[in-house]
Amino acid sequence: MSTTTHLPGAAAIGWQRFLIELKSFFRGRETVIFTFSFPMLLLLVFGTVFSGVADPKSGVTYSQYFLAGMIASGLVYSGFQQLAFAIPMERDDGTLKRLRGTPMPAAAYFLGKFGVVLVGYVGQVVLLLLIGAALFDVSPPATATQWFTLLWVSALGLVVCVSLGIAMSGAVRSARTTNAVVTPIVLVLQFTSGVFFVFSQLPHWMQVASSFFPLKWLCQGMRSVFLPESFANQEPAGSWELGKVAAVLAVWAVVGVALALRGFRWQRREEI
Amino acid sequence: MAEPAILVSALHKAYGDTYAVDGVDLAIDPGECFALLGPNGAGKTTTVEILEGYRHADAGTVSVLGEDPSRPTPGWRARIGIVLQSAADLADLRVDEVVRHFSTYYPNPRDFDQVISAVGLTEKRRSKVTDLSGGQRRRLDVALGIIGRPELLFLDEPTTGFDPEARREFWDLIASLRVDGATILLTTHYLEEAEHLADRVAVIVDGRIAALGDPATLGGRRTAEALVSWRDGEPREARTSAPTRFVQELAAQFGGEIPELAVRRPTLEDVYLKLVGARTSETDEAP
Repeated sequence: MSTTTHLPGAAAIGWQRFLIELKSFFRGRETVIFTFSFPMLLLLVFGTVFSGVADPKSGVTYSQYFLAGMIASGLVYSGFQQLAFAIPMERDDGTLKRLRGTPMPAAAYFLGKFGVVLVGYVGQVVLLLLIGAALFDVSPPATATQWFTLLWVSALGLVVCVSLGIAMSGAVRSARTTNAVVTPIVLVLQFTSGVFFVFSQLPHWMQVASSFFPLKWLCQGMRSVFLPESFANQEPAGSWELGKVAAVLAVWAVVGVALALRGFRWQRREEI
Repeated sequence: MAEPAILVSALHKAYGDTYAVDGVDLAIDPGECFALLGPNGAGKTTTVEILEGYRHADAGTVSVLGEDPSRPTPGWRARIGIVLQSAADLADLRVDEVVRHFSTYYPNPRDFDQVISAVGLTEKRRSKVTDLSGGQRRRLDVALGIIGRPELLFLDEPTTGFDPEARREFWDLIASLRVDGATILLTTHYLEEAEHLADRVAVIVDGRIAALGDPATLGGRRTAEALVSWRDGEPREARTSAPTRFVQELAAQFGGEIPELAVRRPTLEDVYLKLVGARTSETDEAP
């Protein structure tokens, strides 16, 4: 039973999955518009409504603060929320069943998804930075250290959000029920993790509760990139705690990948 | 004798208290075109999806191309092709993009342009999948099923919803695949389809094989009682196990031509309905 020719590898097929998924993504006009306009709209609305200064000492404005939170949220939108919806949809419409019947390895499917999420996230960041610079006097990262922090926080955040999105896709029954489950989770975390409100001004118990979840740490990491160093002592801990940010996100990455591998389902439960 | 392409014995699969598959045995030879017939809910799809590696059997042994499908490996997947029942995926992509993409999964794929032309979609190769008709979509499904040069092809109700002409054309397509020596396992509830395409058919009712054999002789239909009909003022008919003698006697009565004479042995449909009716009348299931 030997195959005379070698099977294509997961990386090569993963690249093909990425290309074809990207094509599908950009042809699904509504998804594209939503993915890219939603964070921009939120930034425009919040940046306009809360136009004041959040912290008189450092001169940080609400819009600057909010931009950091929106970039962190971009990871949640394009990784967690999108996959938790798109994968059950592909399970319902027969995409996954068809793929399951081919020699395509599961890893290739995940690589393709990761690639599309990455493109979506990078697009969101670029648009947010452009709007921030044009309308709210927010400048892109200035130093190499800040760029480096942006890079590793984004990378860890992507692994966490993509893997939790895959895990969530296995937990929901179908695409129709996803939004009812996922939207409240995302909203509550955004309110309690320092996206919409200044984190240090939240009740102490809320700060403690949200610190068990990754979004709080993603926001904190992003603030260290986009807010001046002088704002660091406004954080509850009096510093950006980047070591702790990395550690918590790394733990969530491991947990997320484990949950994704356990939770991913090719078929609806009643079909096995 | 070559190793069977598919070997199944004492296959069982229950959902709750009811057995969807209740002791199925099958041996399908390499290169054979085998059809599974049966009413909806008889266990056809469950059986086939166990063979395809989608569902897990509760009991029994299954070997597909010499391997256990409940532990599918990419190498084994590369040797089979699957055409599932209707799917709604791939919407925004073009036909040529999809077929070319799926060819990258396989170690030794067919040329994607040739496959597109083999399934008769050359004129639609730049069309989006959403813009295809039902029949064209099924052709695309077949293209994706055969792109990897499978040794074994599963076709699950491939022509449901086709008009008669489209079905004829589709049969020609399937027949052309057999030239490559691929084994084909077909499920259908169209009896002419099974009769036209299959070397052997099995009728599955209530999770069991009720009859198995050459579609031309299934259920002893070649030697079963014949139905003789003619006109004698009004339409007349009679059942007889000796139709030749019966017709001779009739001819003698008429002294020559018998008006509107027809002699009919049971069709595959007659045999099928008898098998299905006998079993399902107890469970009150629609055939």
